[in-house]
Amino acid sequence: MALSSDEGSRFADLLKGHEEAVGAAWTEQIAATLRGRLSHAELQRQTTELQKGFQSALAGGAQDIGDDAAAELRAQLSDLSSARARQGFTANETAISVFALKDAVLKVLDNGDPNVLRDYVAFSAFIDRAGLFTFDSYVRAREELIADQAEQLLELSTPVVKLWDGVVAVPLVGTLDSARAQVVMERLLQTLVDTGSPYAIIDITGVPAVDTQVAQHILKTVVAARLMGADCIISGIRPQIAQTIVALGIEFGDIATKSSLADALRHVIRLTGTKRQER
Amino acid sequence: MERVPVLKIGDILLVSIQDDMEDQVALQLQEDLADRIVATGSHGVIIDISALDIVDSFVGRTLATIAGVSKVLDAETVVVGMRPAVAITLVELGLSLPGIRTALNVELGMEMLARQRAAEEDLGIDEGEDDEPAVTVP
Repeated sequence: MALSSDEGSRFADLLKGHEEAVGAAWTEQIAATLRGRLSHAELQRQTTELQKGFQSALAGGAQDIGDDAAAELRAQLSDLSSARARQGFTANETAISVFALKDAVLKVLDNGDPNVLRDYVAFSAFIDRAGLFTFDSYVRAREELIADQAEQLLELSTPVVKLWDGVVAVPLVGTLDSARAQVVMERLLQTLVDTGSPYAIIDITGVPAVDTQVAQHILKTVVAARLMGADCIISGIRPQIAQTIVALGIEFGDIATKSSLADALRHVIRLTGTKRQER
Repeated sequence: MERVPVLKIGDILLVSIQDDMEDQVALQLQEDLADRIVATGSHGVIIDISALDIVDSFVGRTLATIAGVSKVLDAETVVVGMRPAVAITLVELGLSLPGIRTALNVELGMEMLARQRAAEEDLGIDEGEDDEPAVTVP
């Protein structure tokens, strides 16, 4: 139900006329739900700003939260919800911050007049829309937060370390899915180029399970490294994993596999050593 | 038509491909290299593809052919400097460039050729040791 322009302007007048009273009642309501996790002064500032936002949107003839006149109000609401999302408030608490305006307005209304009550129903529909919009923004902010964290986790979990002259290692920890395998592959190959290391050790001690897909990813990485002229050794294969690999019939072909990182490093050093002697 | 320059460094020929190759250029390079190997008597060829964004199946096959031709002419071919993105694409496409030796960069490629050459020469001397007097007596 959209707000008619008459109702809108009456609402704006009401907000303006009872600015202090509405603001105080609103702040009071929110403070009760947030249980002191936000300072009173901070809340007061937020409600005053929002109240001005509502007022100017309604005075500007906004009939729905999606209208052009309500653009500023929308910006304020989404700022509020992303701030709340980042501060760790729940979606409920954030939405109530807006819905509390209804109670605050009801308190200052003249309840006897049926026309006033009809107006109030229209106002509250508008506020409901605003509240839903807040909820939407809150969810969006939280999703962005989660996406950011996932990306950071991806970066954290795939370091490529230099072990020796011309030897780099990737200690893989955690489940290897396609996205991570892709990141690992790219990062490893780039490090090979940057450091000019002809040997790479892929250590899978921290990988809880190896299925055909994980093996496929590892094999692809090894073949890509070979294409670029570097040799890969797979290390850290635990007994159970060795059994699964054999049971699944995965062929590592002529790729060197070692049970521990130390063995792999020794193997590589021996290889580089014989090369030096040959020279 | 543009050509890819072939540089001679010691007994190695160095080819640095700077632009994505058209098929005609690749074929021309294949001919030029064969001529130059014979003319200079080089024993090694290094093809630097670090500037290439794309290696398609044709370029891959041309590289393999070059390697084959130079092998017949007693020169080892090493392809160096393949970019990670190129390697990943080739793997995804299932092209593993059989018959081509690779190294990370020109320096490692030259090392690889030198090592190979040294090993071959060692063998040569080993064979020669049987008739040692012929070598030591002038």
